[in-house]
Amino acid sequence: MKRTIIIFIGAVVITLILVNVLHKEVYYNLKLEKLKQEYAIKPVTPVDHSQFEELQKDFNTPQEVTGACISCHNKRHIEIMNSSHWNWERVSYVEGRGISSMGKRNVINNYCIGAQTNEQSCAKCHIGFGMTNDHFDFNNARNVDCMVCHDKSDEYIKGAAMSGYPDRSVNLTKVAQNVGKPTKYNCGICHFNSGGGNNVKHGDLENALLACDREVDVHMAANGMDMECVACHTAENHQMLGRLYSVSSTNTQRATCEQCHTTTPHFDNLLNRHNAKVSCQACHIPEYAKVNATKMEWKWSDAGRLKDGEPFEEDDELGNHSYMSIKGSFKWAKNVKPDYIWFNGTADHYLLGDTIQSEPVIINPLFGSHDDEESKIVPVKIHVGDQIYDKKYKMLIQPKLYAPEKGDSAFWQDFDWATAAEAGMKRVGLPYSGEYGFVETVMYWPVNHMVSSKEKAVSCAECHTREDDGRLAKLTGFYLPGRDRFKTLDAIAIIIFFGSLAAVIGHAALRVITSIRRKKYEVEIIDYNTEN
Amino acid sequence: MRKAYIYKGFERFWHWTQASLIIFLALTGFEVHGTFHIFGFEMAARFHRVASWMLIVLVVFAIFWHIVTGEWRQYIPTTKKLKDQILYYSFGMFKGEKHPTKKTELSKMNPLQRLVYLAFKLILVPLTVISGILYMFHKTFDQNNMVVIEDVSLGSVAFWHTLGGFLLMIFLIVHVYMTTTGHTPTSNIKAMITGYEELEDEDEEKENNNTEDIKL
Repeated sequence: MKRTIIIFIGAVVITLILVNVLHKEVYYNLKLEKLKQEYAIKPVTPVDHSQFEELQKDFNTPQEVTGACISCHNKRHIEIMNSSHWNWERVSYVEGRGISSMGKRNVINNYCIGAQTNEQSCAKCHIGFGMTNDHFDFNNARNVDCMVCHDKSDEYIKGAAMSGYPDRSVNLTKVAQNVGKPTKYNCGICHFNSGGGNNVKHGDLENALLACDREVDVHMAANGMDMECVACHTAENHQMLGRLYSVSSTNTQRATCEQCHTTTPHFDNLLNRHNAKVSCQACHIPEYAKVNATKMEWKWSDAGRLKDGEPFEEDDELGNHSYMSIKGSFKWAKNVKPDYIWFNGTADHYLLGDTIQSEPVIINPLFGSHDDEESKIVPVKIHVGDQIYDKKYKMLIQPKLYAPEKGDSAFWQDFDWATAAEAGMKRVGLPYSGEYGFVETVMYWPVNHMVSSKEKAVSCAECHTREDDGRLAKLTGFYLPGRDRFKTLDAIAIIIFFGSLAAVIGHAALRVITSIRRKKYEVEIIDYNTEN
Repeated sequence: MRKAYIYKGFERFWHWTQASLIIFLALTGFEVHGTFHIFGFEMAARFHRVASWMLIVLVVFAIFWHIVTGEWRQYIPTTKKLKDQILYYSFGMFKGEKHPTKKTELSKMNPLQRLVYLAFKLILVPLTVISGILYMFHKTFDQNNMVVIEDVSLGSVAFWHTLGGFLLMIFLIVHVYMTTTGHTPTSNIKAMITGYEELEDEDEEKENNNTEDIKL
């Protein structure tokens, strides 16, 4: 009876184990399905602007269009005029600096350096009209450019070096009648082409995202959810969610993955735990610049070489400029593995007038460490290069780069650093000693886009490895299983382990030898025993 | 010589399950540690967690068993004949001397074994299991989305857990070898498999009663 019961129980247990091992259940991540359902429904514009009486006329100036917008949306311009898209600056608290106002007026980067003195050209990406110099009237609502963000005719473009005015080819009436929620195209005009060309600055934001597949970005894929930028970068009263740390400083108003996906998006708790210290992006963006290359290095010190007195350009094997007389030499890269840093969402910036403390100059130090509760490991693009600085006053120089014509001290026309530096520094109200040189600079760009499907996500062993090329090989200040170990403990333990192994083998050998020896002269005794 | 039933059903089940779990945990654990590559880091980490839960359940049952059967008394340490035992393993054995202590159902272990196994149960296993649990729950999220076990650094948890792992492996080597020091090299292992071992005769009569009682 007992035996039957045991056999029965055994059979049941074995069947259960087999069922569990052989059966593969298809899991549906309901959280994800719900989100997909939510974002699959594309909003329909509730009104048709082409039927509005106010818009049935020929607009002579873009300001007239803005006037027409404000005549109905009579408070929206106030919201815009409180936004950083308009003001190009933001007041925030920065560790080690205090409360300060930062923005394109006073920060510098290591691409085209800065907008100051070059407004006429740089204002192509300002949501206003007529920023020709530093006397732009930020209080004039009629200069707000509604169209650049809200145009749905795909016709609106701002003119090159036209201080933010639209190109002369733009049919303002058509644009005014075709407005709506911003699309990738609207945001992309500036955010994909910043730094002077497609994908130059970010590496993870570029024109390919306008029509990409799921390999490039799962959210924006044309054959996937086809989401718009504003699906995540939502706005309330024209205050967009999202922080770009080339100009931002605070851990507020950030657009996060967690806002939709929560902090526990995986079935697997082992993966969810990582979210305490690892950003979603760190694993889900295995590489950036997946379609077109991005700029990784920019050496201004090479700029100014001329052929027969004329500026020239050279291309690399990918077809990107490797040298431009007006800008210097560049290095580009495609399918780049990000670097990883600890980041808590706060950053400082090199502000015009700051004294250089160390070299290379970190243009935007991103704060964070393992021991800081807010910090997570985030992927970044690190852009390095060199740029002009004042050797005596130890300051980065804001040179005057752009001018429509020669003879106005602009480097891009005259190729003379001395006059460009002098003119630029004079305009920003800083001293210039007359001695310039080139100093190495570093800039960090957190990578947040080009999210891969989960199959392509960074695998465990890419970080949890002792190999020097592990993704987190350079990140310090914490214990990473699989990468780190206590070398002394390991060494001592291994010695004892093999020591004991040797000891037992020795002991065994001694036993064998001594027993053989004993047998030799104890034969009689053994015989005696067996006889018994 | 007499045949005695000294390792009961549960004891043998517990011993061999624990042995295989510990060996499996060592294979996966030292892969996570980066010592070698067998399953791949991801699988090793997952297997290690599953096996660790199995071991925890087993240990809980074993503790219960030790308490209710009174078998815990087997581990009460004694210094009596401890020296003799050490001397036997160091010298006596090679001279063909007899074991200084006798194995019976009520005293399965010699004084040295008592000490070592007591340390195994009271120090080594708790050290490894507790550090393992801390490791497992390090920086998990609780219901309120708060991070659990953040004040203890993962490094220190990992240190003790690795130490436990190494000590267990050293224990394993010596333990496996010591099983060959019975009457014959395989008699101890056979006993742990079948439950029966040939023991030296003694002037006790209740042996038969004992075995009858406990037989399944």
